[in-house]
Amino acid sequence: MLRYVITRLVSLGLSLVAASLVIFAVVEIIPGDPAAFMLGLNASEDTVAALREELGLTGTLGARYFDWVSGMLSGDFGTSYTYRVPVADLVAARLWISIPLAFYALLLSVLLALPIGMVAAARRGRMFDYGIMGLTQLGIAVPNFWFAMLLVVLLAITLPIFPAGGFPGWDAGAFAALKALTLPAVALALPQASILARVMRSALIETLGQDYIRTARAKGLSEGQAIRRHGMRNAMIPVLTIVGLQFSFLLAGAIIIEKVFFLPGLGLLIFQGITQRDLVVVESVVMLLVFAVILVTFLVDLAYALVDPRLRHSR
Amino acid sequence: MIGIEKLSLTLSGIPVLRDVSLDIAAGRTLGLVGESGSGKSMTALSIMRLLPHGAQMRGKVHLEDRELNELSERQMCAVRGAEIGMIFQEPMTALNPVQTIGDQVAETLLVHGTASRSEARAIARERLARVGLVPERFPLDRYPHELSGGQRQRVCIALAIALRPKLLIADEPTTALDVTTQAQILDLIRELVREEEMACLFITHDLAVVSEMADEIAVMKAGAVVERAPTATLLREMRHPYTRALFDASRHQPERASAKSEAPLLEVRGAVRDYTLRRQRLFGPRPSFRAVDGVSFAVKRGESLGLVGESGCGKSTLTRAILGLEAFQGGEILLDGQPVSTRMPAELRRRMQVVFQDPYGSFNPRHRVARLLTEPFHLTGRPPDLKERIGEALENVGLASSDRDKFPHEFSGGQRQRIAIARALITRPELIILDEAVSALDVSIRAQIMDLLADLQGRFGLSYLFIAHDLTVVRAITDRVLVMQAGRIVEEGETQAVFSAPTDSYTRALLDAAPALPAA
Amino acid sequence: MNWPIQLRLGSALFGVFLLAALLSLVWTPYDVTELEIAAKLSAPSAAHWLGTDHLGRDMLSMLMAGARTSIAVALVAVGIGIALGVPLGLSAAANRGSFLDEIIMRGNDLIFAFPSLVIAILITAVFGPSALNAILAIGIFNIPVFARVARGAALTIWPREFILAARVAGKGKVLISTEHILPNIANLLVVQGTIQFSMGILAEAGLSYVGLGAQPPTPSWGRMLADAQTFFYGYPRLALLPGLAIVLTVLGLNLMGDGLRDLLDPRLRRAVR
Repeated sequence: MLRYVITRLVSLGLSLVAASLVIFAVVEIIPGDPAAFMLGLNASEDTVAALREELGLTGTLGARYFDWVSGMLSGDFGTSYTYRVPVADLVAARLWISIPLAFYALLLSVLLALPIGMVAAARRGRMFDYGIMGLTQLGIAVPNFWFAMLLVVLLAITLPIFPAGGFPGWDAGAFAALKALTLPAVALALPQASILARVMRSALIETLGQDYIRTARAKGLSEGQAIRRHGMRNAMIPVLTIVGLQFSFLLAGAIIIEKVFFLPGLGLLIFQGITQRDLVVVESVVMLLVFAVILVTFLVDLAYALVDPRLRHSR
Repeated sequence: MIGIEKLSLTLSGIPVLRDVSLDIAAGRTLGLVGESGSGKSMTALSIMRLLPHGAQMRGKVHLEDRELNELSERQMCAVRGAEIGMIFQEPMTALNPVQTIGDQVAETLLVHGTASRSEARAIARERLARVGLVPERFPLDRYPHELSGGQRQRVCIALAIALRPKLLIADEPTTALDVTTQAQILDLIRELVREEEMACLFITHDLAVVSEMADEIAVMKAGAVVERAPTATLLREMRHPYTRALFDASRHQPERASAKSEAPLLEVRGAVRDYTLRRQRLFGPRPSFRAVDGVSFAVKRGESLGLVGESGCGKSTLTRAILGLEAFQGGEILLDGQPVSTRMPAELRRRMQVVFQDPYGSFNPRHRVARLLTEPFHLTGRPPDLKERIGEALENVGLASSDRDKFPHEFSGGQRQRIAIARALITRPELIILDEAVSALDVSIRAQIMDLLADLQGRFGLSYLFIAHDLTVVRAITDRVLVMQAGRIVEEGETQAVFSAPTDSYTRALLDAAPALPAA
Repeated sequence: MNWPIQLRLGSALFGVFLLAALLSLVWTPYDVTELEIAAKLSAPSAAHWLGTDHLGRDMLSMLMAGARTSIAVALVAVGIGIALGVPLGLSAAANRGSFLDEIIMRGNDLIFAFPSLVIAILITAVFGPSALNAILAIGIFNIPVFARVARGAALTIWPREFILAARVAGKGKVLISTEHILPNIANLLVVQGTIQFSMGILAEAGLSYVGLGAQPPTPSWGRMLADAQTFFYGYPRLALLPGLAIVLTVLGLNLMGDGLRDLLDPRLRRAVR
């Protein structure tokens, strides 16, 4: 087990290094002179030089990369050119909207999808199964931001149950904050839950054809018992893979959904960063997003080992 | 004890079983034999009522004084595992990979509510010990992947007999195992049946196994029992022509004209193949495994040489090295004096061809026969008389030259194996390597293919290297035999001499373990 | 040929939008760049079958042209994924366990850490927004998807005996991969292709909704939704129509994918019943 964790940790570290190199190359090398890029065509030589100095662009590429990475490790993400405040402060406030939103949606998706998938597998080939599979087919096809707009009209304007947008902040109490995040989370979760329910169903049906289910039936387990005791845990292996992938979709989706609900999260920050050509902000937020995805991949790898003893032992 | 009366079964309307009637008394074993598709397994699953969807069953199944066919599904669950235990063919997949062996055995007790959790574990420990998995070496918290195939089959037996059922159904329980493991599992089943006073339904395609195991034998063909008699009587009388045909086919000895010379065609001298394994520790050295360890032998012109050994002995690795598919680390392999390697010239490759085991996996399903047969000309270039060569190769193996435009799925298993032989013949090779080439076939088809091979050898002066785990086949078709164990050749000699008077202890163990059919 | 019901339904749905997109290349009822402020937000009528938007543009014309943008972006992105991903996956499988395999698979994992939106953000931050960015972002994200599917499927074919037979005939990895492996995994690739196509439509809509996709005046469904957001309560039609267009196109493609899987691989159908 330890060996497995260590190899996963090493791979986590390598992925982070590789991702940071890619981001650094795209943001700081491809535009040529980032300072001139950020200031646009009308900037004078002097202002460009001043910004170059301010951004620390005077060193060699290697030194700049090193400064950037070591800065991030110590919590210093640089200073936003447009806001004139440390990026770390900008991000910290917004992180607490986007990340909880993604996890809220993931939780909803899992809680909704797994039972539905299980029941559909147990009743495969019957009306309930066909009905559910038809609905999930529709759920996958709905763009989450459009669904969000429908939810706003229905549950915030026509029936004013939830706020139509904005965020009261966590200071206003967890209930108010979660209430503000509920419609966005539901909108995000629906398509992902549809996918996950289908995966759960087919993974379970797949295990039902396995020899060990037949052994379990020969022991005297009913079909339901065989599914619960032997099918479930084996079916979790493909389900975990999809849950891991979904987090990255949900995080990206959260950024888009924030626009529908005017949530002051990372999405708003990054789109402002793009329009204002604030590369420092873009670079840091992208790195954070990628870090979150890689971290979740690592956690999913650990979860695999908990489910599957073959991984714990052989590696 | 258990009786089946006029059992008929249809699957989606297609008849699978017709009026099958059987009965077994306590402490007795009934052997159910037949070729693939004869309905043996379906009979067993009908007793268990574990039939696939779309199955329609008629007739009666009774266990002691109860009619199983009248029980509800819930009542049937109480019977399965408690009164009828069942073991299956494939021990590698029969156990849940993510649950410990102790839990899986204990579950039989728990699900029937006969024991508390701690009692169940104690009984599981005792039952595992009974099947030879002593708790000191195989604690309950082992997972299936930590055990060998034979050990896993023991776990399957332990969970099937955990509640001392009245009937044990064993569906090809040793088909996937090596001979020596097979012998141990067969002994275990025999002992258990006697000691626990169980009735046993033993299903197999292997006549030698069934004649050793069963008190009574029932022969099945196309969903019906054609003959049923006590083992000794059945072997002596063989009233039904199909029974006789089946036994003749399994004892079949093709007629071979021995035209062998002393000149060696293939020479293997001190071949060594090492595999590097994963590191044990993070920065430790990479351990290596010697799959082939200084093997030397020669195949003479016109000779048929057998190579036998159990799985993992290195015979597959050796085969790939001889075919020039894999590099080896030491020694040399010569074909007619020229070195074999992964980069050997096309002309040398042409002179050596291969036929594999699986008649279903040997062909690209998307290519027609003509294209499949042409593949060996890849390096040498197509001969000008390609069309004639294809027709000739097909006719040589007993197919029609008009079969060239068909796809592989249009043929039966035996016919496909003929196509595989045609593909090997088309370059007019001198050596053909037969890698378990008849192992997957039913006995009657196997006999035909063995005749074909013997005939082709005589006509074209071919040399065969015949790789197999089945000793009967090797005995019937080879001049000399090599026995391989753990990467080494432990015995070499004339086939008849080796089989009648083996000198090596491993060879002896192998021959003792192999179930033998009583002589005709 | 006996087409499964999903395939018929799916092709019919998708076919409608594909035809609309093709038709828009040569003809739309109105010019989509033509602003008719006087007729803005008008309800469906004989002149404007589906009404007009807040700038007085004809909705039907916008939807037709939007179909063209969506389908073109998603199709090219699938093309990029197949053209680069499949050869990578095949060569990884052909050299299983080698350094090359490791590099390709690690590279795949790395791309997976960048959701297509993040790739689009990076590209846009440097090059500015355009439809080409959307294509690149979605296309790059498709590469590891196809590489994985191709590698996984190829690995199940490699141990088969007909591959060994081809090796005995002296065929090399490249020839075996193209002649034996590729035709036997093509079914899976086609099915995956339709799935990625439909995901591409959704991704394009999302990107243009947040302004990272096709720029005005090129119409796109995602931006129509963004424009409609402020008018949604008063004029739900403006958001419902493009939304339904997306849903139906994606639904059609997904149904096609399911149907194709059933049609091309009877073994899969049996496994899932």
